[in-house]
Order: sequence, then C-alpha cells, then structure tokens
Amino acid sequence: MTAAAERTAVEPGAGDILAVAREQVLDRGEGLTEQQVLEVLRLPDGRLEELLQLAHEVRMRWCGPEVEVEGIVSVKTGGCPEDCHFCSQSGRFPTPVRAAWLDIPGLVEAARQTAATGATEFCIVAAVRGPDRRLLSQVRAGIEAIRAAGIDIQIACSLGMLTQEQVDELVAMGVHRYNHNLETARSHFPSVVTTHSWEERWETLRMVREAGMEVCCGGIIGMGETVEQRAEFAAQLAELDPDEVPMNFLIPQPGTPYEDFEVVEGAEALRTVAAFRLAMPRTMLRFAGGRELTLGDLGAEKGMLGGINAIIVGNYLTNLGRPAQQDLDMLQDLRMPIKALNETL
Amino acid sequence: MSEAFCSWCGGAAGEGRHEACQRRRVLDPPRYCSRCARRMVVQVTPAGWTARCSAHGTTSSAMSDAPTA
Repeated sequence: MTAAAERTAVEPGAGDILAVAREQVLDRGEGLTEQQVLEVLRLPDGRLEELLQLAHEVRMRWCGPEVEVEGIVSVKTGGCPEDCHFCSQSGRFPTPVRAAWLDIPGLVEAARQTAATGATEFCIVAAVRGPDRRLLSQVRAGIEAIRAAGIDIQIACSLGMLTQEQVDELVAMGVHRYNHNLETARSHFPSVVTTHSWEERWETLRMVREAGMEVCCGGIIGMGETVEQRAEFAAQLAELDPDEVPMNFLIPQPGTPYEDFEVVEGAEALRTVAAFRLAMPRTMLRFAGGRELTLGDLGAEKGMLGGINAIIVGNYLTNLGRPAQQDLDMLQDLRMPIKALNETL
Repeated sequence: MSEAFCSWCGGAAGEGRHEACQRRRVLDPPRYCSRCARRMVVQVTPAGWTARCSAHGTTSSAMSDAPTA
C-alpha cells in the first residue's frame, strides 16, 4: 500500500501533534520522534497550511532566514555498476543515458556558472559504487583548476562509498562536505538497492564525519515506501544528524524499474518536507531533484515557506531544473537572503 | 514535430503520440538524435547541456530552443 493510500485521520495520542510540536520543537528545539513524525504524516490535507506554518517558524527559529544555494554537476555520468532502482545512470537497466566524462575545462565552467548565481556550494558528483584512482585524479585536478581560476566557492563531492584512505584524500583536497544519501528507510532499502547495503552507506557517512567533513545525507521520496517508512527514514536521518539533508522526489526514469511509478502529489511532498523539518529542527533541509515535477512553481514557494532552507539551482545530474534566475527571483520575492560565503567559512 | 525522431523516447516522430514526451522534455535534455534516433552522449551542466550523436555531431542548449536553466 502506498503512503498516500495509507494516510488516515490522526490517531488518538497524547494531544494534538501540532500543539505538541510547537512546544517540543519550536520552543525547545527537540526534534519529533519517529512516532510523532508518523502522526504528522497522517495529518489531513485540511491541516497542511497549519503544518507548513509551524515548520517555517521552526526553520526561522533554529536556522534563521538565510538560504544556502548550491549547484551540482556530474563528472562521470552513467555506466554505474549498482542497481539503485530509481536511477537512470545504472548500467544494469536499459535507460537512454549513455556514459560520459566531463573534462577539466567543463568542470571549471560548471563551477563558474554555479558561482555566478551567488551559490556558495558546488558539488562534484559521479555515478559510481566508489571512486577509483582515475576518478580521484580527475576530481583532484578539477578542484585545483577551479581554485586556480579564482572561483570563490566551497566544493563538495558525491563519489559513492569510500575507504578510509579515500576519505583522507578528499579532506586533503579541501573537500569540505560529502554527500552520500541513505536514500530511504533502512527497512525499505533492500527493495530499492540490492548491490550494496544501507549499512555500507552508513559506514561511509561515519568515516566522513570522523574525518571532519560536513555530512550531507538525504534521499528520495516516492519510491514505494509506506508512511511508516517515511517516518522511520526521518528518525534515522535525525539519528545520523547530518549537516544537510537533500530532499528529492522521484522522477520516474524510463528504463528503470520505477519508470511507471506515480509522481508524489504536491500536498504529500509538502507534508513530508514539513515533517522532516520537525524531526530535524537545526539541519539544513535542501530542495533537490524532482521538485519541479512534483510541486511546480507554486509548490516550490510553499516548500520554502514550509521548512526548506537550502536549494539546488539550475540543472541536476541528468535532468533539467528550472532556470536559476527563477529561483533567485523567488528567494528575493520571499525576502529570504542567500547565505554568503563568508558566513559559511 | 518537424524532426524525424522524438528526442525523448527515440520513436518515429510521425508515429504515435509524443505529447507526453514533449512535456518531459522540459525536465530532460534530448537523449536520442532527432535525425537518426541513435542514443546520444549527453552532458548536463548547471546552466545547460550538450548532446553528441556519433553520426550527426553535437547539439547543445545554446543551439536549441529547448528550455534550459
């Protein structure tokens, strides 16, 4: 049964969940538990505005008004040996995506395009199980070239599962944040990916944190998980306590096992955003892929006023985003300042 | 559609319906060459895309009227 079909009226509990959340999360800064998140996810549509308002207040109280803007680029596209069922870059599925490598001038130009939007973060991503020598060399050369070009932006990476040696190497390159998504609840992960485990991903995240890099870890909503599993995922992310949680919504990709999955409904997506904010009041919660399809322009604004405080602008790895200027205009209209680089250093 | 093939699904432009493909093209770069339906090597960047067909060369967002960031 899907999350949408499972949503019912709020079960009797210790009081109205939004009243509880106002005192617990907004006033005391203590995130909701898994059971409490589940209650939020089961709120009827009629209480969505109230929920979004509370999530926004929590974000403003514990994170502030700034929005962190980021751009991403794929340095190595397609041909991945893993079988993540949502991903058009898996070499195991008959998708239209062909393997491609971005050269160093292309990487520098992508960083320049990102910095031109006012973004403070540039994330270099590769579709791999983990980086090999060639990929790490490419990333190192790319980072050096970006620095040599005088592009003032922080660099993050997302290169799959790492060894301790690779973690140390990335730290030495000056990578300040590492993205590695858990993707979904631990109980749902085996039906999404079979070529590696949730625990292997967790181990990479542990090493990243211990090495002093910021941890970026989120996932994708709409991969057939139940509402209970969404609450479970929020609780597991809260336990990890990442610096940033990117929230993606499934874009069904042709050729993948999920190509015929329904797109998450807008209200469902917004409710999930707000619930995750109430589970993690101090974490940077970023709008990532799929928001254009799931929420459209109006929904994106509602999300920014419902717990989100970071955004990927421009295109994604294999999909296109809306024009970066449109997002920047939206932030200006909402009077949400873009986080400046000197605040992040 | 003036191309011979749909750049999103690779099907013949004159056969079947491609309205859904055109809607998805707002979110996707072209994946198939519109002249020969070969799968193209596509690189998406923050502000655009390039797509290379082994037979018909490279096209890009800068050369196309397709929506880009």
